[in-house]
Amino acid sequence: MKFTRDWLKEHLKTNKSEAQIIEKLNHTGLEVEKVEPVKNELSDFVVAKIIKSEKHPNADRLKLCHVDIGKKELVKVVCGGPNAKENLLTVYAPPGSVIPKNNMKLEISKIRGETSYGMLCSEAELNLSNESEGIIELNQNYKKKVGKNYFESNSDNVIELSITPNRPDCLGIRGIARDLSASGFGKLIENKNIKIKKNGKQTLKVKIEKSKNQACSLFGSCLIKNIKNKESPDWLKERIISLGLRPISAVVDVTNYVMFDLNRPLHAYDVDKIKKGIIVRNSKKGEKFKALDNKDYSLDDDMCVISDHEGVLGLGGIIGGIRSGTELNTKNILLESAFFDPEITRKTAKKLQLNSDAKFRFERGIDPNSIQIGLDKASEMIIKICGGEVSRSDIQSTKKLENKKILFDPTLASKTIGIKLKNKEIINILEELGFKIKKKGKNLSVEIPSWRPDIHGQIDLVEEIIRIKGFDKIQSIEPERKRLKPTLDFFQRHFHLAQRSVASKGYLETITWSFTDEKINNNFKENVEEIKIVNPISSDLNVLRNSLYPNLIFFLKKNIDRGFENQSLFEIGPSFIGKKPGEQITVVCGVRKENEIDIFDIKKDLVQTLVELGIDRKETKIDIDTPSYYHPGRSGSIKTKNDQSLIAYFGQIHPKIVDNIYGFEIFLENLVKYKTKNKKEKPTIAFSDYQKSERDFAFVVQKDFQAQVLIEIISNVDKSLIKNVKIFDVYEGENIPTDKKSIALKVTIQSDSKTLNEKDLNEISRKIILNVEEKASAKLRS
Amino acid sequence: MSDFEKLKNELKLKLNEAKNSQELDIIRSNIFGKNGLINSEFKKLGSLSPEDKKKVASEINNAKQELTKLFNNKVLKLENSEIDEQVKKEKDDVTLPEKDFRIGKIHPVSQVIDEISSIFSEIGFSVEEGPDVESEYYNFTSLNTPENHPAKDMHDTFYLDENMKILLRTHTSPVQVRTMLKGKPPFKIIAPGRTYRSDSDQTHTPMFHQLEGLHIDKNINMGHLKGCLNYFVKEFFEVDKIKMRFRPSHFPFTEPSAEVDIGYRVENNKIVIGEGDKWLEILGCGMVHPNVLINSKVDPKKYQGFAFGIGIDRLAMLKYGINDLRSFFECDFRWLNYYGFDPLDVPTNYRGLSK
Repeated sequence: MKFTRDWLKEHLKTNKSEAQIIEKLNHTGLEVEKVEPVKNELSDFVVAKIIKSEKHPNADRLKLCHVDIGKKELVKVVCGGPNAKENLLTVYAPPGSVIPKNNMKLEISKIRGETSYGMLCSEAELNLSNESEGIIELNQNYKKKVGKNYFESNSDNVIELSITPNRPDCLGIRGIARDLSASGFGKLIENKNIKIKKNGKQTLKVKIEKSKNQACSLFGSCLIKNIKNKESPDWLKERIISLGLRPISAVVDVTNYVMFDLNRPLHAYDVDKIKKGIIVRNSKKGEKFKALDNKDYSLDDDMCVISDHEGVLGLGGIIGGIRSGTELNTKNILLESAFFDPEITRKTAKKLQLNSDAKFRFERGIDPNSIQIGLDKASEMIIKICGGEVSRSDIQSTKKLENKKILFDPTLASKTIGIKLKNKEIINILEELGFKIKKKGKNLSVEIPSWRPDIHGQIDLVEEIIRIKGFDKIQSIEPERKRLKPTLDFFQRHFHLAQRSVASKGYLETITWSFTDEKINNNFKENVEEIKIVNPISSDLNVLRNSLYPNLIFFLKKNIDRGFENQSLFEIGPSFIGKKPGEQITVVCGVRKENEIDIFDIKKDLVQTLVELGIDRKETKIDIDTPSYYHPGRSGSIKTKNDQSLIAYFGQIHPKIVDNIYGFEIFLENLVKYKTKNKKEKPTIAFSDYQKSERDFAFVVQKDFQAQVLIEIISNVDKSLIKNVKIFDVYEGENIPTDKKSIALKVTIQSDSKTLNEKDLNEISRKIILNVEEKASAKLRS
Repeated sequence: MSDFEKLKNELKLKLNEAKNSQELDIIRSNIFGKNGLINSEFKKLGSLSPEDKKKVASEINNAKQELTKLFNNKVLKLENSEIDEQVKKEKDDVTLPEKDFRIGKIHPVSQVIDEISSIFSEIGFSVEEGPDVESEYYNFTSLNTPENHPAKDMHDTFYLDENMKILLRTHTSPVQVRTMLKGKPPFKIIAPGRTYRSDSDQTHTPMFHQLEGLHIDKNINMGHLKGCLNYFVKEFFEVDKIKMRFRPSHFPFTEPSAEVDIGYRVENNKIVIGEGDKWLEILGCGMVHPNVLINSKVDPKKYQGFAFGIGIDRLAMLKYGINDLRSFFECDFRWLNYYGFDPLDVPTNYRGLSK
């Protein structure tokens, strides 16, 4: 919503400065977004500096200038001025600007084969003098003004507000004035009685059809005959321009003026183009009409249309149609001032993807009581500018208008805001805003003004009170340092730990989109449901990710393209397994790329992280079943021994997907669930001080025999004596049959109760060999 | 001088002149060996009278002690000189680079979430979470945003079904309702997380991060809200003085609603937070709307309180001088290294938030 202080003053008697008004608006909840000078055709011209000037390759008398116009990049301009030279300060006209001398609109054009972006101007071209020999030469004072407007504007600034959707009343300048007045910033000027001579009845028949979902409940209209439509006078044009609109004709400009002045949308029909009468009805599917935006619309069932006996004239509250539009030669008009239901209007516009200033207002709620004043104000202006005679108004209505009332307990205000407020002050603020108040015992009966559709309950009144009183009056209360429960729960603590644990292994944490490219995701989704986004931001971010790999690998590759061959990235975040809320899991996913890397590098990172997360190595086992996106021979899964919970996958990403990248995935919920179920007290530690012995063994086993099984067999031989089993070599080759391999291990043996003698040690060694040979079909390598 | 004395002095001289461990070994056996000086002398004791025996024995023992001490000193000296020799030969070019190490980093958003959690932990808030995929009901309806309301226009929502009933949450506010529904008041929570809006330009990304705050109890009013946010902003930006203003605004799920601006000025093209004549919007807040409480099965006649929503990415940008929001999600190796945080740099209250 835009306005100028000048315009505001028609509704508000105030002597406050622009700066004061801006501050006050911010404090009452009407956020000032921008303050800038009114744009006119002269604001296109900016001060520029020629940085480089060279001869045009194909024309002797033209020059090719590289010009600084205050933007990041220089623009190239072909210039015929003989005085164009380097370092000259001059005036630049961009493409799209209109040269005052000949009213020509500049376009980007090729001049003798060289593209020229805009033009450097002579004084004559800007109607400053008759000097047309060369381009304007500005003095050095303009050095600091490069990029700024050449013509200084002396008119008011345009203040642009960002009006929250609950405040349709402030989509009119009068509403803004009312808020300012209530905040003590002047006196709201009474709407003066508009005295216009009204001749006769409105003779065109208007009918609101009764039907379910009829959006229109009020339709006011009047005829203005024998007008002479024309260009608006300058003052009106300036106002229309200040709103950011384009002046069209007096009739259209006046309806726009009233819309922004009183927040009262109007529509003007060329009455001679209407067949017989107006019927406000619901559309039928397939009905077509051409709107004022020059587009054809095919309507659905139950859209509110204004029609005549021939067909649709316009969409109620949204946009008018070409067929009955006013033109400069229009003689007789029908002015419409109506009320349309916000929700239905919004639905219709959304379906047709249509936006307009009227729709923006009707969907927020228009004052149903502003119908008459809207007609009167517009009629008065039109006959003043265009002449003609106004008929009396005709208002069709299907609903009785009654203002809402709220029973308000004024103590709610103090209770919510935290400062004591006197009833007198509360009543005063509300009355200034247009609420009507009657005391009812301890409570107040508050009648809501018809322009405030956003007020529904008591709390809305509290907001009005503090908004006007000022948030700066609220006393800040020091926060109490009382904790109701621990800051992080068990899962969150593991999240935090996992994140820092992986990072401490040299991985850079990334945050990537929760969505990804369907094509990449397909490589990783396995049997999980694909979750499509109906309206993706782009076609390569069209599904929710079923894995963290697609984005991580995508960005890892991008970094490789940037020249970083060795890198480790990770992310901790959601992976989606279904479309319903909550069907997501938390995955810690790392990827690593290095010139010399193998599966045991990634396994080390993973296992160390798991150990740091409190998963004892001895509680887990490695399986070789992994999803298809891993290299089948170079990947594994880590599961808990006692309940087969899947804790993690690791391995090389399948070479079909990407070359030589290793990764891991930790399934955090599974891990935490396992830990919760297997919570154990840490026992007091007891160290054995008895002699520790080590024995080395080498067993020849089948090539596909898993080392993990061998360790398991040996550990189980005597759990109290065998403290550790460590593989130190795996050998294939000479002296070993081709289908076999040799695994060498070091077994640490120690008793908690005595020093083992040679005999004890031999006995345990014997048992180890026996067990392994039997259970692993192995042979001790001699 | 007795023979013993003579031999002893001879050996002392030899010991003094010994040049290596082989020579020392010989000297050792000459002194302490089976037939060495000491043992030979002890053997002679048997033939002496008891008085002499006592005297000579003590002489031998004294000599043994003296020689042991000298011998040990010599050993130490020789060892040291051998090490010295060895060390002289060992010369590395220490200016050669160390072995490679990889340094991991924590993303600024994660770091800032930890900082914020630490700050709110001090005043008793705990962390809650909610799903990224939400229903229309939790994301809008339960939060007092009816269907076909213009307030929804501010949220460009991603939908997962044609009926627009399932969506990616546009804010973290649904966590308010979910939290209240699963517990009993009082509530004092923050909820950080990913949020999504179909918007992409210089200052918007389709995914970003928000932090929701909620404090519901029997008499929590706007003074508490103000105090809480004052405390937070001061702690977060680690400045003593900070200019703050509450500007009335509108959110369907809070009433009264406000936006909070902080003061700043620009110095050498950099934003300096705290004072100055410019205002920067950093969060939205307000008193939880009674309808939201009702939808959350909390009696608005007995309980009231405040909620707020903070843009985490934006706070990270402000605090750490990051200019481009999009760069947060582009995973550029250089960016991650430059703006990332050391994993051991865990923000805590007792140490301080930042290093």
